[in-house]
Amino acid sequence: MLKKNEIKVGDTYSEKIVEDLKRTQIVQYAGASGDYNPLHSDDKFTKEIAGYPGVFAHGMLSMGMTGKMLTNFVGDGTLKKYGVRFTNQVWPGDSLEGTATIIDIKEEDGETLAEIAIETKNQDGATVITGSATAKVG
Amino acid sequence: MSKIKMPVEKSHIMMFARSIGDANPKYYEEKDENVIAPPTFIQSSAQFDPDYFLRPKIGGDNWFGSGKDPTGMKSSGSGSGGGGAAMGLHAEQHYEYHQPLKVGDVITAEVKPGKSWEKESKRAGKLKFSESVTEYRNQDGELIITATSVGVVTEKPVEN
Repeated sequence: MLKKNEIKVGDTYSEKIVEDLKRTQIVQYAGASGDYNPLHSDDKFTKEIAGYPGVFAHGMLSMGMTGKMLTNFVGDGTLKKYGVRFTNQVWPGDSLEGTATIIDIKEEDGETLAEIAIETKNQDGATVITGSATAKVG
Repeated sequence: MSKIKMPVEKSHIMMFARSIGDANPKYYEEKDENVIAPPTFIQSSAQFDPDYFLRPKIGGDNWFGSGKDPTGMKSSGSGSGGGGAAMGLHAEQHYEYHQPLKVGDVITAEVKPGKSWEKESKRAGKLKFSESVTEYRNQDGELIITATSVGVVTEKPVEN
């Protein structure tokens, strides 16, 4: 858990959340989450029916990987909110870095809360996720 | 709508943590049952939805992924014939955590439709957005997570 006297607005935390994303990891996510959309594992369908250059990651895999960066930063069980927009697709071979930035620290109903801005970028600097989170602070 | 009844299990959390590359030892230690699920774990409640449309049904012959043909979907006449069929994508996902999601919880879900709207985009033509709100409750009826999902159907594949 973040400590009130150890954080300030503007603090950032970054983590490489995946290096050279493998198709097999996308399949692992499909199996664990139960989302078997062929867009994520079936190249033939994805090229010939959907019209994309090939399979791509579930948005929720990118959100999940960004979420591990977030819990590594704020601690387990401290999140009050976590939300994202998927701004670009994530492809096999991509390397992603997630960043959390504290944008506000406030008191609400007797709790101290940190408001956090979230951004995940790929190896070309393109943003694949923007989001926000609220975490309890000790 | 939803008939989800999801027992939150340690081994499922472990498999989910592996799939997102989360090395937090709590997810892997056998003895420690006192585990809070990763923040997006509730998404895997799809495993417990008997009607989930993104899972092939046992004995079903209408799965839309490829087999012999690029799609197993029986022709319905809805395709444009030009390739690049309209396709649903995930646009946004938001979670509000009311209480920690823990091993041993048994979760039920209630889905409520939300807003829908349209937008024009340079990269994908007309975009049709629709929102759904899901309330996840534990075995005592306590609200654990509220999830808001926004899906988008694009007119054509997103240009990259």
